[in-house]
Amino acid sequence: MNIPELLENRRVCVCTGSGGVGKTTTSAVIALGMAAAGAKVAVVTIDPAKRLANALGLEALENEPRRVDPDRLATGSLEVRGELWAMMLDPKRTFDELIDRIAPDPERAEEIKANRVYRELSTAVSGSQELTAIAKLYELDQEGRFDLLVLDTPPSRNALDFFDAPGRLTNFLEGRALKAFLKPTGLGMRVLGRGAGPLLGALRRITGVDLVSDLSTFFGLLGDMTENFSARAREVEALLRSDETAFLLITSAQSEPIDEAIWFRQTLRDSGLPFAGVVVNRFHHDLGHEPEAQDLPSELGEAVGGELGARVAENFADYHVLSQRDASNVDRLLDELGSEPLLLVPHFDSDVHDVDGLLRVHRYLFASDEERVRLIDEVVA
Amino acid sequence: MSPLLQRRLIFVTGKGGVGKSTVALALGLLAARRGLRTIVAELAAGEHLQRAFAQQEGRQFEEIELAPGLFTISIDPQHAMEEYLRVKTGPVGQALGHSRLFHAFAMATPGMRELLSIGKVWELAQFERRTREAEPYDVVIVDAPATGHGVGILRTPRTFAEIARVGPIAHQGGQIARTIADRSFTAVLAVSTPEEMPVNETLSLYEALLAEGLDLDTVILNARYPDRFDDADASRLRAVLEADPPPPVRAAVRAGLSEQARAATQAEQHARLEELFPGRVSTLPFVFAPDIGRPELEGLADRLAEVLP
Repeated sequence: MNIPELLENRRVCVCTGSGGVGKTTTSAVIALGMAAAGAKVAVVTIDPAKRLANALGLEALENEPRRVDPDRLATGSLEVRGELWAMMLDPKRTFDELIDRIAPDPERAEEIKANRVYRELSTAVSGSQELTAIAKLYELDQEGRFDLLVLDTPPSRNALDFFDAPGRLTNFLEGRALKAFLKPTGLGMRVLGRGAGPLLGALRRITGVDLVSDLSTFFGLLGDMTENFSARAREVEALLRSDETAFLLITSAQSEPIDEAIWFRQTLRDSGLPFAGVVVNRFHHDLGHEPEAQDLPSELGEAVGGELGARVAENFADYHVLSQRDASNVDRLLDELGSEPLLLVPHFDSDVHDVDGLLRVHRYLFASDEERVRLIDEVVA
Repeated sequence: MSPLLQRRLIFVTGKGGVGKSTVALALGLLAARRGLRTIVAELAAGEHLQRAFAQQEGRQFEEIELAPGLFTISIDPQHAMEEYLRVKTGPVGQALGHSRLFHAFAMATPGMRELLSIGKVWELAQFERRTREAEPYDVVIVDAPATGHGVGILRTPRTFAEIARVGPIAHQGGQIARTIADRSFTAVLAVSTPEEMPVNETLSLYEALLAEGLDLDTVILNARYPDRFDDADASRLRAVLEADPPPPVRAAVRAGLSEQARAATQAEQHARLEELFPGRVSTLPFVFAPDIGRPELEGLADRLAEVLP
């Protein structure tokens, strides 16, 4: 199994997982590899490492994908037959553009963008990155300019925040609960009846009057736009659930990310989202020899020399601990996955931050099963 | 004692995956050893702090004693809100706490979850606890969310104080914001690994803190490989490989060369961090163990005792 097989007939690939597991790099590799195979691909990243961004020619936050100069990719070992496009998401701008798009006229859009509640909402608040990432994905999908969109999800502590946060914001923007409080003549108030009086009073006392009136103004401005917003949210959800979307779970082989991956796999299943497979980064392959082997100290002493040999042995024992750890963590994940695909990428000697680095990862993710066995033999032999 | 542990409130921040929870717990162990009644508060629903100490699940939103003098709590905004309403607003609050509409409203209000979480942290750090019969803590260590949100959570109280202007939220927001800005009370610590992205993120955290009128007290460089081999060793090892050694020797030597390369990359980022934060970097070693459990945390606490300024 490899990435092209996992992404066959898919238009959207969402790379998700907990923080610090190599999501951005993996997204870039997937986009590069699929472009090399002939597709027109756009990768939407959130916060790439500076050197990786430079390698892709992403010097600044830009809200439109830009084609990566083929010369940058021409390193000899991989011919790019299609096109690679990349963009770095600017959440604030995406949010503004969203308002521009669904506002009935430019004046209303400007008023909303000047509202204090909106300004908080579109910048400081957790969830705005998640929401705007999905909004951008949907917009690009609607334009239909690309064969494949690869989305690198924002770094949240908990992978589930990605789905939770847009939902929370959408609920807020739809403002159902709030409108019930704020509109004395609204349906909500009639349903609530007299019970809402003390609630409203308590709310004022706790939040401060101005917050309520700011919110009220905000929702007054949003007005009928919330319908547009809801309709859009439903379409976005339909896209995420469609069988042309693939969720790829990215993890490292450490215990916590693996726990999270297991939990996340279950959550995807429970919510009926299309799961494609797992990529495990930074895997320490077992080098095939026991550090406790009886003859090793004397053999090392002979080949390397006494004192250096002892340090090599000590390091080998430490490495072995990590390879055992990784193997047992991946086994746990496999218990959850059953026959679902899992691709291993080894722990390289240096960080991946340029096109050569991407190509190093690419070999593992795009290799056939036989090629991969050969590659791993190279690592462990 | 380290001046760091003389603050009552210590925020541990950093990019995802750098070992914030590990550092927060090791620091908590160290504080408890010094006789300080300490609590490590995790700002997200999750139970992995307690897992390191093999605690049972199901009590995660309560204060649980992990080791003598060391407590932990996982702060959940919803739970914090119910508690706040119960204590602050009496019967009306209790009715509100049970109102589904009110929940939906409060949880959907931008920043409200953050405010409720930090409000609970602040409550833990008070000499006189809000919740009746609760004993005060000497040190509250906050295992903050991944950096971007971590700064958000430090900024939230002030934002609310400004937006609401009047009323209890504005009052409380202002009070919490002043506590956070008081450097004799609050410390902010960043955790980084010796890799490019986490170091970048530490720098942007620092800039964001300065913009808020806050500062970074200490940077913990976590998971640093030992510098076991120098360049001469590496040349020697490469020569050994070329001489076609027996397979087990080959495997061990290759593992050695890999680590030498990784340690060299780490040394570059380590130097960068030292240059960015002269005199403020404390280093913790990479832990070669299947999992970070109690013994490993005790070891890291030993090390913190040596390296913390």
